[in-house]
Amino acid sequence: MANKVRKDAAEALDGLLFDGMTIMAGGFGLCGIPENLIAAIRAQGVKDLTVISNNCGIDGFGLGVLLENRQIKKMISSYVGENKLFEQLYLSGELELEFNPQGTLAERIRAGGAGIPAFFTKTGVGTLVAEGKEVREFDGELYVMERGLTADLSIIKADVGDSAGNLVFRKTARNFNPMMATAGAKTVVEVERLVATGDLDKDHIHTPGIYVDAIFEGAAFEKRIERVTTRPRAVEGAGAGGEV
Amino acid sequence: MAWTRDQMAARAARELQDGFYVNLGIGIPTLVANYIPDGVEVTLQSENGMLGMGPFPFEGEEDADLINAGKQTITELDSSSYFSSADSFAMIRGGHIDLSILGAMQVAANGDLANWMVPGKMVKGMGGAMDLVAGVKRVVIVMEHSEKSGAPKLVKACNLPLTGQGVVDLVITDLGVFEVNRGRSPLRLVELAEGVTLDEVRARTEASFEVAFA
Repeated sequence: MANKVRKDAAEALDGLLFDGMTIMAGGFGLCGIPENLIAAIRAQGVKDLTVISNNCGIDGFGLGVLLENRQIKKMISSYVGENKLFEQLYLSGELELEFNPQGTLAERIRAGGAGIPAFFTKTGVGTLVAEGKEVREFDGELYVMERGLTADLSIIKADVGDSAGNLVFRKTARNFNPMMATAGAKTVVEVERLVATGDLDKDHIHTPGIYVDAIFEGAAFEKRIERVTTRPRAVEGAGAGGEV
Repeated sequence: MAWTRDQMAARAARELQDGFYVNLGIGIPTLVANYIPDGVEVTLQSENGMLGMGPFPFEGEEDADLINAGKQTITELDSSSYFSSADSFAMIRGGHIDLSILGAMQVAANGDLANWMVPGKMVKGMGGAMDLVAGVKRVVIVMEHSEKSGAPKLVKACNLPLTGQGVVDLVITDLGVFEVNRGRSPLRLVELAEGVTLDEVRARTEASFEVAFA
C-alpha cells in the first residue's frame, strides 16, 4: 500500500501546488480549518488561486493569510463578512467572488466528489443566484440547476486519522471537510492525532482512506475562536445561539 | 408602546410546538431560545452541522470545535448529534426542519423575502438563508416594522434582491403580527402589540392588508 504519511505540511504538499490552481479548504469560520496547510501554502507562495471555502478566514488568520499575501484570485464562498481585507480587495477589483448559498455550496462539493455533474435544487429560485442557470419544473415546483464542484487539491482538517488515511472529525469541526475530501483530485489532510491502522473503530470512521492522498500530524494547532460566548455560572439555561 | 426586541422574541417563541426541530437566525431570532414556553421541548439545529444545541458554555469551558452558525461557542446536550454541512442542508432542503425564525430587510405581501443584500454596499453573502427559506416547512420573520429611516419594511414588492420567492408564512414586528401565508392569501394583520393602534400600523405599512384579529 502506498505510504500516505508525511512528516509535515510542506512535505505533504510537495509537488502538488501550481499557480492558477483550484483549492478546496475545509472549515466553517475558523472551526475545523487546516491551519498548518494554509501556512505552508503561504510559505510556498503559489499564486492566482481559486479557493472554494465557505468563508475566507479573518484578518491575519485562516485563509486571511493567503489574502494578505495576494495569493487568491477568486473565492467561491457563502459568507465572507468577517474580513476587512477581503472587502478592500473585492471593492478594488483585485479579488473575484462567487457567492453560493451555503447548502448549495455543500451539495455542489458533495456532488463533485460523487461524480454527479449537476443537480436541481429549490434554493435560490427567483433570486440572483439562479440568473443564467437552467430552471426546470418538477412536480409543479421550480428548481435551479447547479453544477458539481471539484478541485485540483483539497486541504482538510480532521481530529484523528490513521496511516491508511481513515478520518474521524470532532464536533462541528466536521462541517465541509468530509465532502471536500472527496472532491479534490488530490486530498491532503492534517490531523491533531495520527494513529496506527487498527486504532480507530471501523464503524466510526467518517471519511474512508480512499479519498486521502497524504496525511500528517500537525505540529501545533492554534484553533482560534471567532466569538467566545459564555454564560455566567449562576444562571441556568441562557440562550443558545444563532446563525446567518 | 411597541414591542421590545425581547417581547418580539417571546411572541415568536409561541410559534414553537413541542417536538419541533427549529433553526434560529441571528439577531432577535437568537433571543427566541430564551422564551421557549413551559412544556414545549424543541431541538435547535445549527446549519454548520449540529442538532441539539445546548446553552453557551461556562467561561473557561469553550471548545473551538463546537460553534453555532453564528460562530459563537456553544455546548452539546445528551441528545445532540453532529454531521457534515451537506447532511445538514439535506435536512433543511429536504423539508425535515419544522420551523425557521429569521430576520429580514423586507417582506412583501406575496411572501417574498429580502434579507441578504443591499446593492451598492459590501455584500457579505447569503450564508444558509436561501436554503433555509427554500426548504424549511414554516418560515417566521421577526423584524422591526420600519427602517431606522422610517422606510417601511412590509412592502408591496421587495426592491432589494430576494432571498426567496413566496417563502414567508408569518411576520412578527414591533407593532404586531401578520399572516403572509406565502402569498397564497391576502396579507392579514392578526395581532396588535399592546398600545399600538391600527392607524399607526396603517401609516407605517406600505403593503395593503386585511385586519382579522383572533
